[in-house]
Amino acid sequence: MDEQQHTIVSYGTLTAAWIALLFLTALTVGITRLDLGGYKVLGALTIACLKGGVVIAFFMQMRYEGRLLRWLLFVALVTLAIFIGITFFDVLYR
Amino acid sequence: MTVSDHPRGGFWSDTGRSGLGSWIFSTDHKRIGLLYLFATFGFFLVGVVLGLLLKFELMTPGRTIMGAEAYNAVFTVHGVTMIFLFILPGFPGAFGNLVMPIQVGARDVAFPRLNLLSWWLYMGGALIVLTSLFTGNGPPDTGWTFYVPFSARTGTNVSLAVFGVFIIGFSAILTGLNFITTIHRLRAEGMTWGRLTLFTWSLYATAWVQILATPILAITLVLIMAERMLGTGLFDPGRGGDPLMYQHLFWIYSHPAVYIMILPAMGAISDIIPVFSRKPVFGYKMIAFSSIAIAAAGSLVWGHHMFTSGMSDRAVLVFSFLTFIVAIPSAIKVFNWVSTLYKGSISLEAPMLFALSFIILFSIGGLTGLILGAAATDVHVHDTQFVVGHFHYVMFGGTGFAFFAAMHYWLPKFFGRRYREKPAVIAWALMFIGFNILYFTMKVLGMKGMPRRYYDYLPEFATLNLVSTIGSWILAVGLVIMLVNLIRGLLRGEPFEGNPWGGATLEWSIPTPPPTENFAREPVVTHGPYDFTAMKE
Repeated sequence: MDEQQHTIVSYGTLTAAWIALLFLTALTVGITRLDLGGYKVLGALTIACLKGGVVIAFFMQMRYEGRLLRWLLFVALVTLAIFIGITFFDVLYR
Repeated sequence: MTVSDHPRGGFWSDTGRSGLGSWIFSTDHKRIGLLYLFATFGFFLVGVVLGLLLKFELMTPGRTIMGAEAYNAVFTVHGVTMIFLFILPGFPGAFGNLVMPIQVGARDVAFPRLNLLSWWLYMGGALIVLTSLFTGNGPPDTGWTFYVPFSARTGTNVSLAVFGVFIIGFSAILTGLNFITTIHRLRAEGMTWGRLTLFTWSLYATAWVQILATPILAITLVLIMAERMLGTGLFDPGRGGDPLMYQHLFWIYSHPAVYIMILPAMGAISDIIPVFSRKPVFGYKMIAFSSIAIAAAGSLVWGHHMFTSGMSDRAVLVFSFLTFIVAIPSAIKVFNWVSTLYKGSISLEAPMLFALSFIILFSIGGLTGLILGAAATDVHVHDTQFVVGHFHYVMFGGTGFAFFAAMHYWLPKFFGRRYREKPAVIAWALMFIGFNILYFTMKVLGMKGMPRRYYDYLPEFATLNLVSTIGSWILAVGLVIMLVNLIRGLLRGEPFEGNPWGGATLEWSIPTPPPTENFAREPVVTHGPYDFTAMKE
């Protein structure tokens, strides 16, 4: 059986990721106070995607995984992005 | 019973185990396939009885056998049973399990235990759905779409039914995962992607939709439960929610789900037609490609269910355009099937008759779908009997007839006995005639303006409704004849040996019924699935 390679991520990297998440959370709260109309949802979703990306990349260690898993994740995310994106033809112009 | 004295042989007896436990705890893909077949077809029959009751109620204006509330409950249970308990799991669960691993040259699916778990999850979910009918404040009355705000407010047993469907969703995801892994990893030597059967290709495309779209249904169903139990207000405009968002979420899954229902049926038809035409399938690559294209494009068209919902005009335009794109790969398939028939040596046996009916009925269903996909015409026929007629032409005339074709084509292989041909043909004829009388009149009624989901109607619709109800009886008689003939034939009929249909795919190269391990030695594939000349050499 193959030995699984486990990458140990440094405290520094994880702390930086955590600070980035805190900053993005503050940004989410911040844009609720701006008058952006329908684009407010788009902004909030963009930030949420970035936060999800940080969690997946560093805390779930996808950044250190092989190409196949990255591709599988990419396909799932693109599918989700397309679904959400097309929904905006309704949400933005209703 | 020992191995030697079992009348069937093959996987029925070669493990030496018998009894209920040898079935419901078996990890053999063939046994699991038959478990799915018995369960899904059993639920189909329940759905048929409910459908007959609905048509009986509509035989005359006013109350015939039930009132408005009972009618609401019956059409909801009919829809939930047919969609979630029969047509979604039916083809992949039954024939996907029975045939696909053999067609790729494998001894079983990649994860046999997961496969068994999928069946148990399906049965568990089905049991919960059934429990919802007889407990709480009665069966759900929302329609199979569970639209808010009604589903969030009605006192009927919506939460339990929704939870049952949620569990069934897991079964679909695991089956999809299993099939994709099997097709990628367990193909026999020489079984290149270009030599896969078109049924396998269709299951492959279906499996991706199952994996990518089903979680969205699961989330949507959880949100209904949250709305009912926690009062989250997600879909309540009075509290900042959006009822249209529910429809988006529901149809993001449920329109691709239509392709989960129809794609394996198309795959089975693509396997059957060349065999009974004695001719290689026309345009193999394009049929395989069109399965993937339908799965991909079909995932982007959910909004055409919402043209009259108050969605933005821009979205209506986009979804209408995308809907028309799906017609292209669908038409590719139809043209290729017809081209396969051209100058073929056609043998009109029961599987072929059902397959040919599929082409006709699916084409009528598909073309009337374009009337619904075009926003301008959709406004006129939305929520009328026209939609019900269209849906049944595609789902019953399409997937249903393909299911019957597959039953007549593949089941003798797995039972080792065959049905009688003449009753099968009579049953097919009655079903084809009854089907068209039943559903074509519904299309006409819809064009004339009769809405769906009402137990009563204006007197001017009486004659066509009576005709439609008579059609349902003819269809039911045909169905009973087909079923009796199949059961009698498969249990006590003439032995079915060798390769009487003359199929060139791998399942026809192994003993009948197949042994548990399928192949005595791992097969080496040297020709394509429809290369009949290579088979004769």
